[in-house]
Amino acid sequence: MLDAVFLIPALPLLGFLTILVFGRRLGEPLAGWLATAMMGGSFATAVVVMFGLLNRPMEERHFVQTLFEWVPAGDFSVDVGFLVDPLSVTMILFVTGVGMLIHLYSIGYMHGDENFSKFFLYLNLFAFSMLMLVLGDNMLITFLGWEGVGACSYLLISFWFTDEYNASSGKKAFITNRVGDWGFMVATFLTFTSIGSIRYLDILGNAGQLQQTTATAIVVLLFVGAAGKSAQIPLYLWLPDAMAGPTPVSALIHAATMVTSGVYLLTRMNPVLAESASWAPHLVAWVGVGTAFFAATIAISQNDIKKVLAYSTISQLGYMFLAVGTGAYVAAIFHMVTHAFFKALLFLGAGSVIHGMDNDQDMRHYGMLRKFMPITAGTFIVGWLAIAGVPPFAGFWSKDEILGQAWNDNKLLWLIGFITAILTAFYMSREVFLTFYGRYRYADIRDEEVDEMWNGRIAEAEAEVAKAEAAVTSADEAVAKAADKLAKAVEKLEQRQGELAEADEADEKAFEKATKNLAKAEEGVSKAQSALDDAHAAAEQARAAIAGVQTEVERVVAASEADGMRVGVALFEEPDTDAIPDDELPEAVRARREYHPHESPWLMTLPLVVLATLAAIAGGLNLPFSSSTKRLETWLEPSLFGNEAVNTVSAGGKWLLAGVAVVGGLVGIYVAVAIYIRGRIKPSTVELPIFAHGWHYDEAVSSFMAGPGRKGFDLVSWFDGAAIDGAVNGVGRLVRGSGGQLRRLQSGMVRAYAAMVALGAVALLGWFLVRAGL
Amino acid sequence: MNSLLLASASGTGFPVLTAIVVLPLIGAALLTLLPATRPDLVKQVAVLVSTAVGAMSIWVLIQFETGAAAAGFQFVDHQSWISSLGISWTLGVDGISLFLVVLTGVLFPIAMIAVDEHKDLKSYYAWILVLETGCMGAFLALDLFAFFVAFEIVLIPMYFMIGKWGHGDRAYAATKFFIYTMVGSALMFVGILSLVFLTASTTGNPITFDLQTLAHSQALSTTTSRWIFLSFAAAFAVKVPLFPVHTWLPDAHTNAPTAGSVILAGVMLKLGTYGFLRFGIYLFPEAAVYFAPALITLGVIGIIYGAIVATMQKDLKRLVAYSSIAHLGFIIIGMFALNTQGLEGGIIQMVNHGLSTGALFLLVGMIYERRHTREIAKLGGLQKSAPMLAAAFMVVMLSSVGLPGLNGFVGEFLILLGSFSAHRWWAVVAATGVILAALYLLWAYQRVFHGPAEGDNATMPDLNVKEGLVLLSLIGMIVFMGVYPKPVLDRMEPAVDALITHVETNVPRFHEPTANHLPTVNLADLNASEGAAASEGSGK
Repeated sequence: MLDAVFLIPALPLLGFLTILVFGRRLGEPLAGWLATAMMGGSFATAVVVMFGLLNRPMEERHFVQTLFEWVPAGDFSVDVGFLVDPLSVTMILFVTGVGMLIHLYSIGYMHGDENFSKFFLYLNLFAFSMLMLVLGDNMLITFLGWEGVGACSYLLISFWFTDEYNASSGKKAFITNRVGDWGFMVATFLTFTSIGSIRYLDILGNAGQLQQTTATAIVVLLFVGAAGKSAQIPLYLWLPDAMAGPTPVSALIHAATMVTSGVYLLTRMNPVLAESASWAPHLVAWVGVGTAFFAATIAISQNDIKKVLAYSTISQLGYMFLAVGTGAYVAAIFHMVTHAFFKALLFLGAGSVIHGMDNDQDMRHYGMLRKFMPITAGTFIVGWLAIAGVPPFAGFWSKDEILGQAWNDNKLLWLIGFITAILTAFYMSREVFLTFYGRYRYADIRDEEVDEMWNGRIAEAEAEVAKAEAAVTSADEAVAKAADKLAKAVEKLEQRQGELAEADEADEKAFEKATKNLAKAEEGVSKAQSALDDAHAAAEQARAAIAGVQTEVERVVAASEADGMRVGVALFEEPDTDAIPDDELPEAVRARREYHPHESPWLMTLPLVVLATLAAIAGGLNLPFSSSTKRLETWLEPSLFGNEAVNTVSAGGKWLLAGVAVVGGLVGIYVAVAIYIRGRIKPSTVELPIFAHGWHYDEAVSSFMAGPGRKGFDLVSWFDGAAIDGAVNGVGRLVRGSGGQLRRLQSGMVRAYAAMVALGAVALLGWFLVRAGL
Repeated sequence: MNSLLLASASGTGFPVLTAIVVLPLIGAALLTLLPATRPDLVKQVAVLVSTAVGAMSIWVLIQFETGAAAAGFQFVDHQSWISSLGISWTLGVDGISLFLVVLTGVLFPIAMIAVDEHKDLKSYYAWILVLETGCMGAFLALDLFAFFVAFEIVLIPMYFMIGKWGHGDRAYAATKFFIYTMVGSALMFVGILSLVFLTASTTGNPITFDLQTLAHSQALSTTTSRWIFLSFAAAFAVKVPLFPVHTWLPDAHTNAPTAGSVILAGVMLKLGTYGFLRFGIYLFPEAAVYFAPALITLGVIGIIYGAIVATMQKDLKRLVAYSSIAHLGFIIIGMFALNTQGLEGGIIQMVNHGLSTGALFLLVGMIYERRHTREIAKLGGLQKSAPMLAAAFMVVMLSSVGLPGLNGFVGEFLILLGSFSAHRWWAVVAATGVILAALYLLWAYQRVFHGPAEGDNATMPDLNVKEGLVLLSLIGMIVFMGVYPKPVLDRMEPAVDALITHVETNVPRFHEPTANHLPTVNLADLNASEGAAASEGSGK
């Protein structure tokens, strides 16, 4: 049965190759079904392999299958081979199981995407790489998978590549991971030069003979790699941006599987950790618990439903490293498994919400969604209780194991871990309440829309004012013109009157003319007078209009300032839009009022239900009551070589710790209820800006890269052109006398060269002749 | 001794190596007889000739004997030439040169088929064929004089290719390339003459340019050998190129026509690294050991420096050119680790670099042909308009950044592994080059292929069938070498081991730097005992 192990990575590889060749012909949904079926086959094989291993006695539960020799060079050689032991089988079971569910979900989620089959092409390649990582019987195959999953992560984060942010996020993930990969590579070199092999069986068997310094260096270097892949301080900053990828990718790669690779690697190498100086594992534990706390604080202030989960993942991974560092390998793997269930569930649930909410990811716009998506809500709530540490859900049991060992090791480690648990319960409750409880806020008018609307109106009113002012100006001009005309007409009238007075009465004709002229002038005067009156009236009217418009502007401004519409997150009261008739509301608001959030299709909800069941009951894998209920611990024993730390806390102490942990979780939930359900405390008292900005770490790194980092690169680049090439050209100029001629050498050069070769030949001949003569 | 060595491997059959070297030259002569009015015919003949050469090189690969017995040269063709001067026409191939010959044989027809040149095809193809003769001759020659002639012959066709069919400031680039390389060669010429005549006068044997005889005589004093090694190193360092004599490369690459860049990067740079191996380390083992730290230092500087400068390039082709400096730095540090992993990694990386950088230059050429620009800022969103081209670029890029499963990783890993055994801290620094490679290539990819496509970028046509097939063949080799490098490595190993043994024999107190092998412990026992201990409650 164990011989079938090669099928586990081979099936997704087959799926990848099939879709690579026939992807376009398969199309939607066939490519998705094919990929899912391959994962199903993998999962089934993994189950078979597990039973194969169970059939063997404990101490023989290591099985190596070698396919072919991969890189042979002198005394170095690695195979494409698989190591089947309880640790790798545990990993492949949840990787293929959860992987299959997420593949299934993706058929629904990616519906209608123009690159549907390409998505499954990458997904199957990812699954292949991940399984190679886990199953590899040597560090190099693990590294193949390690970099392979990194590349798939890159391809999938930037899947919707036309958006620059997605593209940048993918690149950031790959490059940050490469920093970690450097550590992994150097650790591999060091392992080879000190042990002479990088096969796990050789390493694990020989670790006892390693010098402490060497073992310590290997552990620290591997942890550099792990910090990259598993997003720990200081390399975590790619993971929040990785959320740019499609949500199934976030669930599969950036929550359940790939990001746990670092934990797996350190657990795999546990005999080396056992040989290292004790500060090295403690470094792992402290960085882990530090990351757990740090990321949890950031999660508090995130408004993007996926970003909260991203920081939560970083935080939970920190717990796993805390466990590894304190020697609680079983707890680490236990938490890895339960986390894979509940975090995949939460991400897929978030995806379902995003899917049902027209791709809106901002929780401030959600609220009361349990009415519209009951399955998503119900399963999400299970995931929430699991991560919040509420018994009997899975997360409680695994987290309890970790905290128990932390207490045993160092009380401060426990304390930070405990506070983090409270924060976890809080921010996850916040997410649940904002999304599924409270007021339905999607149809609300939003602050930015209110601003936009009022600003539009104010601009309109101000344009009116400007128009009225222009009218006044032109009316005034008309008045002035009319007055001018009147003055001229009066002048004319006076002239005519003079003319009439002077006119000879005898000259009848002239008299008559003058009289006529006078009448005309009088008429002109009266016309001008009435025009002036009109103009005055118009000007008056325009002035009045201005006053009216100005009042309107004042009214609008006043209304916009005191309308009760701009309320931030209107958790409890609906924004007051009564002041505006519905048909004057912004288009987007009206569209949202018409929008009906909907539950996702069964392809997406089925995986949710399965994962929710697992998240509810997976604690049963390793119940702490007696050694017979510690199934996972017993199962993993052959992979841990007795390096699992023994918790010396008394039974009563353990019960007490568990009780404290439960109370802590409830406190976190209670505070969230007080803020987001009851409204007793303002959200801004806990959602601090420094959390929202991630303690400014990412920003600092980015601005260093864009600032001094880039300047440094520019300087080197400038040096290359100006100093090195400049020196070369300088020499060239010196040799040729002047700079301009350098370019005019051209084919003349070849002749000179031929001459030189000829000269050389002559010299050669001469030498020979001289020698011959001797 | 000389004749004995040769006799062991010299076949009586068809002199295939001579044919490989001479056929392109005959082809070039033939081209000059064809009417210039028939450009299609000219191209067909040229492609046919180089394909025939490629086929012969693959035949050599298939017939090449493997195993420990295959440490020496095979297919040796030995003809007297200028016997009064000890110059002979001696060609031979071993595991070190084998894959470079195949690479040359494959890459030339690919470069000819893939790129449609439009100007004066007759002399264009004639020059390429002359170039092929030079490259093949340099890789196959076992006589210093013949090597030097071949090494120098390549300059002239490449000079004309850049100067006549190039872009931009091509005259400047061509001249710079020529002078740079010539200065190095002139020093080597002096070195060769000194070696030959000083050896003859020290040993009292007749003058000979025969490589193996000279390598095995080791007659010169340490100081003299070191000086002569330096004169060889000057020529090879320029060719590689090593920092700080690299500045001809970006100009030459950027301004050369696409086929020229492919051959320049794919094949010609390897003349430098191959020269270091075959003529540097083999002829002067003591000097090679002595100068190894200095050369490794330059190699490491090249890795970091080349990557940094590549990052800041605005021209896509220039970026690829600078990436070559970084890649060749890896090859140098691998070779001068002077152990099996480093040397094999170095050699396989020569082939890998030829494939992936060759493919990158082809891709850049295809973009240039469509968009008439290589300026990164003017490109963008091409994955939308040309998804196939983008996919090919992606695979080649991932090979170039050393993704496991593709060819680049095998070489890079072995190089770093070997150099870690020999010079731990340099390897640690060099390994950061892997991060930088991801930085400059992914950033370039993003700017060229991701983001929204506007204007001409939105309507750029995708690969045509011919281009697709050419790239597919290269990608096929890239994947094969990454997944199953064993046949390649196995064929190298005897020659590499022989070289290391040669160094160990001739350099006192030198031993191949390698890993410390611990005895294997049975895991089941360990598990049983420690597991038992743990269950007893003793913990760790």
